[in-house]
Amino acid sequence: MNRFEWMTPDGIAHAARAATATVATAMISRSGLPATDAAVLKAGGIDLLDLMKEGLLSPHRLINLLSIPGLDRIEPQEGGLRIGPTVTLAQLAAHEAVRARFRALADAAGASASPQIRHLATLGGNLLQRPRCWYFRSRAHHCARKGGDTCFAFAGENQYHAIFDHRGCAIVHPSTCATALVAFGAVLEITGPTGARRAASLEAFLRLPETDLQRENDLLPGEIVTAIRIPAHPLTTRSIHLKQGEIDSFDWPIAEVAVALDLADGICRRASVVLGAAAPAPHRAAQAEAALSGRAIDEALLRTAARAALEGAAPLSRNAYKLPIFEALVRRAIRAAIEA
Amino acid sequence: MSAGTRSEHYPVGIAGVSLREIERRVGPDEAPPLPPNAQLRTVGQSAPRVNGRAKVTGQARFTVDVTLPGMLHARLLRSPYPHARILSLDAGPAERHPGVRAVHLIDHAIGRAREIADPGPAAPTGRRMLYVGDPIAAVAAVTPQEAQAALDLIQVVYQPLPFVIDLEDARKADAPRVFERAVHSESFGEPAPQLPQHGNVHGPDLSASRGNAAAGLNAAEVLVEAEFRTQVQTHCCLEPHALVADWRDEGLTVYISTQFTAGIRAELAEAFGLPLSRVRVLVDAMGGGFGSKSRVGQYVLSAVELSRRAHAPVRLALDRHEEQIDSGHRPSTVQRIRLGARRDGTLTGVSIDAYGTAGVALGAGVGNFAQSIYECAHFALAQSDVFTHAGPGAPMRAPGNVPGAFAYEQIIDELAERLGMDPLALRERIDASPVRREERRAGAERIGWSRRRPPGSDPGTLKHGLGMAQSHWPALIQTNSACEVRILRDGSVEVRSSVQDIGTGVGTVLAQVVAEELGLAPEQIAVRIGDTDFAAGPPSYGSRTSASITPPARNAAYRALRQLIENAAPSLGAAPEALAARDGRICTADGRRSLSFREAAALLRTDEISVVASRSDDYGGFGHRMGDAAMARKGLGGVQFAEVAVDTETGRVLIERVVAVQDCGRPLNPRQIESQVHGGILQGISYALYEERILDAHTGRMLNPNLEQYKILRSRETPTIEVHVLEHYQGESATDAYGIAEPSIIATAPAVANAVYNAIGVRMRALPMNPAAILAALGRVPQPSGPP
Ligand SMILES: Cc1cc2nc3c(=O)[nH]c(=O)nc-3n(C[C@H](O)[C@H](O)[C@H](O)COP(=O)(O)OP(=O)(O)OC[C@H]3O[C@@H](n4cnc5c(N)ncnc54)[C@H](O)[C@@H]3O)c2cc1C
Ligand code: SF4
Repeated sequence: MNRFEWMTPDGIAHAARAATATVATAMISRSGLPATDAAVLKAGGIDLLDLMKEGLLSPHRLINLLSIPGLDRIEPQEGGLRIGPTVTLAQLAAHEAVRARFRALADAAGASASPQIRHLATLGGNLLQRPRCWYFRSRAHHCARKGGDTCFAFAGENQYHAIFDHRGCAIVHPSTCATALVAFGAVLEITGPTGARRAASLEAFLRLPETDLQRENDLLPGEIVTAIRIPAHPLTTRSIHLKQGEIDSFDWPIAEVAVALDLADGICRRASVVLGAAAPAPHRAAQAEAALSGRAIDEALLRTAARAALEGAAPLSRNAYKLPIFEALVRRAIRAAIEA
Repeated sequence: MSAGTRSEHYPVGIAGVSLREIERRVGPDEAPPLPPNAQLRTVGQSAPRVNGRAKVTGQARFTVDVTLPGMLHARLLRSPYPHARILSLDAGPAERHPGVRAVHLIDHAIGRAREIADPGPAAPTGRRMLYVGDPIAAVAAVTPQEAQAALDLIQVVYQPLPFVIDLEDARKADAPRVFERAVHSESFGEPAPQLPQHGNVHGPDLSASRGNAAAGLNAAEVLVEAEFRTQVQTHCCLEPHALVADWRDEGLTVYISTQFTAGIRAELAEAFGLPLSRVRVLVDAMGGGFGSKSRVGQYVLSAVELSRRAHAPVRLALDRHEEQIDSGHRPSTVQRIRLGARRDGTLTGVSIDAYGTAGVALGAGVGNFAQSIYECAHFALAQSDVFTHAGPGAPMRAPGNVPGAFAYEQIIDELAERLGMDPLALRERIDASPVRREERRAGAERIGWSRRRPPGSDPGTLKHGLGMAQSHWPALIQTNSACEVRILRDGSVEVRSSVQDIGTGVGTVLAQVVAEELGLAPEQIAVRIGDTDFAAGPPSYGSRTSASITPPARNAAYRALRQLIENAAPSLGAAPEALAARDGRICTADGRRSLSFREAAALLRTDEISVVASRSDDYGGFGHRMGDAAMARKGLGGVQFAEVAVDTETGRVLIERVVAVQDCGRPLNPRQIESQVHGGILQGISYALYEERILDAHTGRMLNPNLEQYKILRSRETPTIEVHVLEHYQGESATDAYGIAEPSIIATAPAVANAVYNAIGVRMRALPMNPAAILAALGRVPQPSGPP
């Protein structure tokens, strides 16, 4: 790992001015050697230090967001929640309001990584962490996402890769929380280096490779995510997140599903079905949502919806096994939401 | 009847089942027979680990914790290519880098198959690198960072060459050759009769065959045939391979995480032309080895060489990535088995065709499992090693027998099904071992075998199953194992040997055995091990440590006690023969006259009594001798039962319960044995369900060289485990103890596979049984439709 400077900013504006790059931009190179002049933001540091230890990222300065007070709160807002970016996954998983009203998010946070990591990992960092594709994480494979010419996954070991939307790059988005947050229609508050603020829906903020092959999101250098907002949902909404790993102790999902159903009088008024570990961004299963909306859900509909969720899937050479798993998870998640 | 021997009566058989006595003639200095555990104070009890407190409080000193004044840090430069020739190498810039104290260019590869016409050391230029991670050079610098920076300054020009990493591709006649010349044949690292070599295929080795398998198969009334595949598993020691080498004019001292201090001393003495007396090897606490820390590797020679050149101690510890690619692994195998039987189950013929790859090393065989476990006069085993451009394999916990049992114990179940027999009933017919008979009975009762239903009985998507499998492992002994016991004048006692504690707790059983003999408590015995300045002890591999070192420890204690008693006898006015050590006292049989142990020691005319004893031969003789090692006449049997649930929609296998019934001779410390069996079962489940080295076909690199993407069992995958250990006496040594570490892993994967079959009705003939494999076996995986 390279030597670096440690910076303790005195506020958001200070941190935003100091950041010269996002981790994504600091990693893009023609040569395969990461930039050595970047100043980047650090939250829990789990992903950042991982990348640095592997020699994939060599920033000269880390700006410690954890030293900025007030970013670690979960507050009610307009019937929904406003979550600070440095709230940890452990905090989210245990928070009463989150558990009561946005259970899929609490489940997702609680099912991520390991207890130790969850106590350090922040929600902001979780959403902005880099993908786990093993070629991407290997210094010896200068792949397209890092500024190289090829994607090694298509003709290689792609058992953990995407089954949807893998044009040019087949990563799956690494954030488990993002799957749940997209299902809830979360919105990010972002502050730029000049102090300008913007709001972006998470779903639009996260990018597919066809739009941007090298960045998983639309964060610009100097921008800081200052809050994650979940809009109000009818009190009749029930949500569930299911994660399937090869092992249970701190393993990544091979498939995950978040569903949020607004159920009243036996009718599903609105359905949100989002697949994680399926595509380079959380994958909204629009056909499944359409199949469920406005209908009374019975076992047959549930099966139809599960099949519809996989509409358009294009498995690679080694990951077609994910299809039956997703199909089962969607069914189970809908059933569990109804019974919740 | 040889001169000086005496006759003694020893307990033999299984306690509670078949205990009786036999007469043996033993040497004059041999301690008297040890009665069954029920009559003992300390041996057979779960004494706490002597270093347990130090370990859980972080006080234990592992090799990676060793720091010496002026110590330098070394790193290795490794080949980035799976196959390449070094066209030029310039280490000048690295040598001139500030902070660098020595650079060593590796001129001769070790730790792999050796070519017969080995040209010997060669200049780096022109050397061929045979796998990604093949060491090229080593640098010692004042900090690890400077060492790493210096590595990047070594200018190497490579000529990449065609390579092959796939086992099947490597067998083809036109495959790129790993070795240009034939290599020496070997078996478990020992020279063996020379085998043929064609291309990358070394073998077949037919030496385990007997009778006429073809005729036996022809005579069969029922034939079963199947092919099994096992993957590469890496050792994943929690503590990395590490050493601190300290070369001085007066001699070489090496602190190293090793399974064999005395072996490392011998190898280093030979490699550096030093007398054994000038090499000292030490290890204190150790974080696992599983076979991979048995011998001197290139990293060891490099650190010693750097220390010699730099005139300073040098520390070299592999990082996790290096651990995964270049510290050994369990080789992959492909096994095609044909089994012939009569309708009553009797085996008429067995034929096994096996090949596998240990990368650039030999050792991908399937062990002695199939040839030893069941009776069959006509048995053919052909096994070949296939070389590939991948890191060298190394022995790993029950090498050969683990993949061997995965295949063989499944095909035995397949035969049982074809014959309409219960798997236990078939084994009852073909397995002559009385030990396993009792183990099957005890295990079946504990798991509730009578609940077992036909395959795929559960109607829902979650399907439950019960399965079992058996193990066989030779009981090994290191015959040149020695141990010293010292009684000091203040009544304190020391047991000393170079034997090392790999983590299994040998220090604790040494304390127990010595304490039992001296009538003391284990805490009263100071355990000094892991240092070649002491009497040379056995290695901690081959599950031979307790069997090798506890008999001499007991004999040394016995003889030291005789001296103590003889010296104290006049003060007690008793004949030495009338005195014994009990409850911290030296006393007459009736207990009327006695001295405390300490009082007796205070009477010594010297400061201490010191007795060194070495391992006597098994009283009934060994089955087989191999240099400094020997095989006991009987092997070690075990039986394991697994209860699983398979989610047929997600392909996840959940292990609910494992029952293990194991034999290790006389159990010395039940809790430590249980801990070994737990470890064996967990490593076995991990092998069965999760672990797999994944190499990239395009670059020859390992894609999961860490403990994140290399999936390995952890806490939440740990099932309920019940361990039942037989008390099996054989009257063969002063302690009658044998090993447990390796026997405990062998039956796990096949027991799980047989249980999975019982759950889903589909045979899993390849490892690991992960969701992709289970769903494919169930026919649930659609064709890929994305870009190629
Ligand atoms: C073994 C293992 C298993 C794991 N399993 C899972 C899993 O199942 N699911 C899952 O989701 N994750 C998993 N993780 C990943 C882990 O959850 C993330 O690495 C962690 O959440 C990152 O959060 P952090 O606070 O440490 O981020 P950091 O490492 O500090 O930062 C990550 C990135 O976010 C940027 N950043 C952080 N905060 C902000 C902000 N407020 N504004 C702008 N940029 C910001 C940083 O610049 C950096 O680019 C696993 C990790 C490991 C090691
Ligand atoms: S999937 Fe994406 S990250 Fe992985 S190798 Fe291909 S381009 Fe790189």
